Amino acid sequence: MKRAPIYGTMAEFDSPTALVAAAHSTHEAGYQKVDAYSPFPIEGLAEAVGFHKNRVPLVTLIGGLVGSLSGYLLQYWISTSSYPVNVGGKPYHSWPAFIIVTFEITILFAGISAVFGMLALNGLPMPYHPVFNVPRFAFATKDRFFLIVFASDPKYSPAETRRFLESLGGRAISEVPD
Amino acid sequence: MEPGYTFGTVTDKIGSIVLTRPTSNGWFLGFGVAFLLTMMMLYAIAYLFVKGVGIWGVTIPIGWGFAIINFVWWIGIGHAGTLISAILLLLRQSWRNSINRFAEAMTLFAVSAAGIFPLIHVGRPWLAYWLFPYPNSMGVWPQFRSPLIWDVFAVSTYATISLLFWFVGLVPDLATLRDRSTNRAAKIIYGILALGWRGSARHWDRYETAYLLLAGLATPLVLSVHTVVSFDFAVGIVPGWHTTIFPPYFVAGAIYSGFAMVLMLAIPIRKLYGLEDFITELHLQNAAKVMLATGLIVGYGYIIEAFMGWYSGNRYDAFTLWNRLHGPYRWEYYALLLCNIVIPQVLWIRKLRSRPIALFFVSLVVLVGMWLERFIIVVVSLHRDFLTSSWGMYYPTRWDWMTYIGTIGMFLAAMFLFVRLLPMISIFEMRTLLPEAEVKE
Repeated sequence: MKRAPIYGTMAEFDSPTALVAAAHSTHEAGYQKVDAYSPFPIEGLAEAVGFHKNRVPLVTLIGGLVGSLSGYLLQYWISTSSYPVNVGGKPYHSWPAFIIVTFEITILFAGISAVFGMLALNGLPMPYHPVFNVPRFAFATKDRFFLIVFASDPKYSPAETRRFLESLGGRAISEVPD
Repeated sequence: MEPGYTFGTVTDKIGSIVLTRPTSNGWFLGFGVAFLLTMMMLYAIAYLFVKGVGIWGVTIPIGWGFAIINFVWWIGIGHAGTLISAILLLLRQSWRNSINRFAEAMTLFAVSAAGIFPLIHVGRPWLAYWLFPYPNSMGVWPQFRSPLIWDVFAVSTYATISLLFWFVGLVPDLATLRDRSTNRAAKIIYGILALGWRGSARHWDRYETAYLLLAGLATPLVLSVHTVVSFDFAVGIVPGWHTTIFPPYFVAGAIYSGFAMVLMLAIPIRKLYGLEDFITELHLQNAAKVMLATGLIVGYGYIIEAFMGWYSGNRYDAFTLWNRLHGPYRWEYYALLLCNIVIPQVLWIRKLRSRPIALFFVSLVVLVGMWLERFIIVVVSLHRDFLTSSWGMYYPTRWDWMTYIGTIGMFLAAMFLFVRLLPMISIFEMRTLLPEAEVKE
């Protein structure tokens, strides 16, 4: 497939309220491939751009379960079969003593899964991205709010989308080169 | 936060400390002194590796000297950072946003300082990796019924999760520094560290979920870490160690000393960098109140220890109490009571809580007191146990002191680098505190 020379059309907004309203209108107008950029997390913005499937909790749960199982089984196997040591007549499978390490490994695996799962689902690290081609986008990490409609959207047309974003009150509208 | 700020001015105010503010002579002086102390620590450790633990004051019966005292002291200090960043996040205490970043940094550096001690205390530090379970040609494994192995897992998990929590919190701010800096090298370095963060709504959603989950995981973790540290003592049979009050009393003591360190760092930093608008009197007041509350829990622990010494009817426990009050280390014990119980009661006075200088000195007293508490627990319990014939005394050597003071230098050197190179207040979390961050329907 031929790569589109344009990645999308981006508009700039002044406030989180304006951005959320614009994201809602864009979504309602039938655009499906939309994203918004803000310098801090905004409640409801992800839903407004049509994002519902957050899998980070699931990844974390799986990590935690793997951690607790492997932590416990490791201790069980070591203490009962690989290297059984009789300590003061205590049973080889002295499970209460194994709870602490099991707990710590659960936390360790769940925490690592939460962080790296989040980064992987976000596709980070990604040093280059087409949106960085917009010079004004440097303010997305300071005090400006951006909305983009991707060129891959079936409803996308450069002129039509630009007019639509203008009607929402978007400023400094620019086409993002791919 | 004081009113009158916008998204832009918050960003500029915190970001400019790193990006444009010239490095002052005071910074160089402070960092230089801290760096020299770090070198002193490395010298003491190098000499230890050459000569062995005989250069320390540890002997039988006091096999756990400064190394364990300092380990517990530093780990405890770290706990306040996690409390501020995780527990206060879950409790929706949004005032924490001003102090969580440097409190987390404090945790990280305190845990690094703590981690040195058990490693050099094992006697053959080049074999310290034997503490971890890994398949080896000797066919041996660690002993999982031992609290010392629990400690290895608790502390290494704590260090890892603290690092992840801190780094995840930094990523959006590193992106801000990447976009704001004009220096090419700084742009590249911050750019690499920011992982290409662009603030997409989808990213923020997953980010916030992961951050909240990490907070939820770090909360039981931080309580478990000092609990496990207290098991190192409580599972043993030595009088003065073998008590069930230890886990909660250790956790309270950890938070007590940790908030003291937060105050000792926050008070000079807000003054020197003009951040009084962000780290306000409210933050100092709240930290002082947490200190007062946890200090009272620690006081309760002392009372229960004394009560159990009498009520248990166990002559060894009773003797431990007598020995604390009248034995050769009684002055340390009196100093401990003065520093941890008596002097901090001045925090009841509201007027005093609003005076940074007074809070600074009360915090210093608490840090000394909490160090003495670990000294009493380790040394006084061990030096006279069951058999009179095996009693002894502990005298730290200059190598003990050099290592201990050296870790303070290392901690401070790391803090100096941190405030110079990274945003010491979370910029994006400060933006969310502004009134215009709220979405109006």
